[in-house]
Amino acid sequence: MSRAICPQWTVCRSVVRAAALFAVLGLAMGGCAATKRPAEASATAATGTVTVFAASSLTEVFTQLGRDAEAVNPGLTVRFSFAGSSTLAQQINAGAPADVFASASPATMKQVTDAGGRAGSATVFARNHLVIAVPRGNPKRLAGLADLARPGVKVALCAEQVPCGAAAKTALTAAGVALTPVTLESDVRAALTKLRLGEVDAALVYRTDASAASGEVDAIEFAESAKAVNDYLVVALARAANPAGARVFVAYVRSDAARAVLARAGFQSP
Amino acid sequence: MSTRRTPGSGAPPALLVPAGVGLLFLVLPLAGLLVRTPWATLPQRLGAPGVLPALRLSLFTATAATVVCMALGVPLAWLLARARFPGRRLVRALVTLPLVLPPVVGGVALLLVFGRRGLVGSWLDATFGVSLPFSTAGVVAAEAFVAMPFLILAVEGALRGADPRYEEAAATLGAGGWTVFRRVTLPMIRPGLTAGAVLCWARALGEFGATITFAGNFPGRTQTMPLAVYLAFESDPQAAIVLSLLLLTVSVLILTVLRGRWVGQP
Amino acid sequence: MSAELQSGEPAGAATALDAQLVVARNGFSLDLALSVGAGEVVALLGPNGAGKTTALRALAGLLPLTDGYIRLGGRLLDDPASGVWQPARRRAIGVVFQEYLLFGQLSALENVAFGPRCHGVGRAQARQRAQVWLDRVGLGGQAGARPHQLSGGQAQRVALARALAVEPGLLLLDEPLAALDARTRLEVRAELRRHLAGHCGATVLVTHDPLDAMVLADRIVIVEQGRAVQTGDAAAITRHPRTEYVARLVGLNLYRGRGSGHTVTLPDGVALSVADPVEGEAFVAFAPAAVALHRSRPDGSPRNTWPMTVDGVDRHGDHVRVQLRGGVAAGGLPAGLSGGLAADVTTAAAAELGLSPGQPLWAAVKATETRAYPATIQR
Repeated sequence: MSRAICPQWTVCRSVVRAAALFAVLGLAMGGCAATKRPAEASATAATGTVTVFAASSLTEVFTQLGRDAEAVNPGLTVRFSFAGSSTLAQQINAGAPADVFASASPATMKQVTDAGGRAGSATVFARNHLVIAVPRGNPKRLAGLADLARPGVKVALCAEQVPCGAAAKTALTAAGVALTPVTLESDVRAALTKLRLGEVDAALVYRTDASAASGEVDAIEFAESAKAVNDYLVVALARAANPAGARVFVAYVRSDAARAVLARAGFQSP
Repeated sequence: MSTRRTPGSGAPPALLVPAGVGLLFLVLPLAGLLVRTPWATLPQRLGAPGVLPALRLSLFTATAATVVCMALGVPLAWLLARARFPGRRLVRALVTLPLVLPPVVGGVALLLVFGRRGLVGSWLDATFGVSLPFSTAGVVAAEAFVAMPFLILAVEGALRGADPRYEEAAATLGAGGWTVFRRVTLPMIRPGLTAGAVLCWARALGEFGATITFAGNFPGRTQTMPLAVYLAFESDPQAAIVLSLLLLTVSVLILTVLRGRWVGQP
Repeated sequence: MSAELQSGEPAGAATALDAQLVVARNGFSLDLALSVGAGEVVALLGPNGAGKTTALRALAGLLPLTDGYIRLGGRLLDDPASGVWQPARRRAIGVVFQEYLLFGQLSALENVAFGPRCHGVGRAQARQRAQVWLDRVGLGGQAGARPHQLSGGQAQRVALARALAVEPGLLLLDEPLAALDARTRLEVRAELRRHLAGHCGATVLVTHDPLDAMVLADRIVIVEQGRAVQTGDAAAITRHPRTEYVARLVGLNLYRGRGSGHTVTLPDGVALSVADPVEGEAFVAFAPAAVALHRSRPDGSPRNTWPMTVDGVDRHGDHVRVQLRGGVAAGGLPAGLSGGLAADVTTAAAAELGLSPGQPLWAAVKATETRAYPATIQR
């Protein structure tokens, strides 16, 4: 928003941002004085809308965290955009209006921080590792990565540019398995969808994705997954329209309450 | 003489200005592409693995999709233009549906019908072991699905405008329905048919949403140029620009050559 | 039919057309009996909207009959009563359309070869045959030309060659000379006559130009409002027109009345003295040239003398045609012909009379210049 007001002057932008911050804080103080202070810890209460760009593997868990954050911070609305981490990184670098970025790999986070997009440091808040997702009941009797290379087995992977795909490649190389997938999807949820529709026999997705679809999908752990664990990072963005809200949400994601939710979803703690 | 000696009232500014704006609107993004192209590294980027296979695949599938569209679309257009049957208006509306359908929705619909567990796909898989998703044939199917309405509309329009008296003349000379169609009607509608085919080809070449949803993405088999551009853009925007420029150049070349040869005066 | 065509023998020999064309549609009805012998040329002549083109389309199989029948060479082509219907492509016909309708993407040779090829003749043989026909119509050198490169007259000849190349039992021509300019029409008409004479099958020609009909046809059928009102050869029609339209066509004044002996009484009461005795319903016709105009009532032998008023004057070749309208009888004076009258006078006489609209004149016709004939309908 400050960019909209002062496209050129960085000084002007700082002034506007400071003014906005004071305004928001002032409102928040006033609001807090009127409402009961909540028991849960949060840095400062914030209001307004926070736009969060998050990796698609965080879809269910972050939606839940968003609701929790809204409950803890009345007046705060959290809106999400879920997609492949690399897609989101590109969008942020191109100027998309986001306040918070949560990526599924350090590499994609680096794309944003290298372009100077962060305000504050990016921190790891969760970990995820890959599993072999198969249809309920494992009809093709797959046991490990080597089975995926069997003739007649159709496998969906993520494209290398996406964290899930990079991790899959590392794991397969570590296992020494030469696998030719039928498709390289642009985000992990698309790969999972292909599996759920019955188009493929297996997909390498995150444990959390398999859990999210536990009704239709079985997850098979494999040893090599430990070699390619994905670190999930979160950061408040430099060009946030609602910096206070961004900070609040980031802090919430790193809180104990959020950690419990993440753990329930299948993420590992950092 | 400084004054123009052409008859007529000349071009009114009220038309020229919006026309100019429209032209700029269309041309500037292309110019932007040219300006941002990494000319220095262009040759080696063009030689990168995956570039030429994607281009070849795109050209092949777009052409194959156009052939499919013509084989199926021309008879359908003839039916809509000439035959009288109940529900003709409904059929025409249905036929133009892929035009307004978001391509991804088209891809999803194709999956539901031709996917491994789809209405028709499951039968195909069980009987012939043939599976369309994740295959080049699937790409052709997805592209044909979104591009066919263009061909049908163009050909139907041409058929409606064609003079039926020539077909009567052919009948009096002893020509049966198929001969009339082949030797009289088709040559008469050739400009409209060609224009429709060119539109169809261009639309098929640029198709993305239905392709990635239905046929997936795999280099050499289903990764067409638009898909390659999309994926490249996420990690290496420069590569994406190079791919876009390549696709643009090839398309413009082919369309210009086609226009000269087939759409020109008989 | 196709077997005969392939053997190269003319299929038109000894075929004849026998038809009762009954078409009812859109408030218009056609009821026309038509019978054409082999080698005969019959012209359907009539004003626009008379139904001539409808008749032609029905014969061509482009329009089904609602009643009646069409029989060509003994073969039933259309008979609604018994459900027989042969579409155009199964009829042994050749059609020359008013706008020729040559196929634009084919050369003249390919156009003419089109028909034989549809009938199963091989490509090379069909092209040979087409070349022969193009030579016959004098366009042998234009075989490779596209229709848009041909002049009107040339296109007409190609269209004719195309229709004749299938050696039809029935040749149909729809206003064949209408699209040509006057100069070309003269030449083409003469040539067409030659070709039609050489054609062994039946020919039906539709036209609104009486000169075309008279030059090209052996027999003329006058069609008005869907009915045949007169048939006969050119001479018979010219001498004894039976309708206003025909009379105008051939340039005669025509009246209908009741005859008794040498007098024919018209409905408006005027009595015409005629040379030929006639009884009952009768027509009286005389040429405009037979009418003499006088400023005052003339003395002399003509018994047919009436007061008329000038309605219009125009040039007709090297003389002047005066259109006169009749007066109403008043106070004992004889009345003029209420149906009007056309009179031809020389330019000098016109100048003398000082013709101007509304001018009263006396018209006189010698009885010997009139022709009276019974009004019975003839086939």
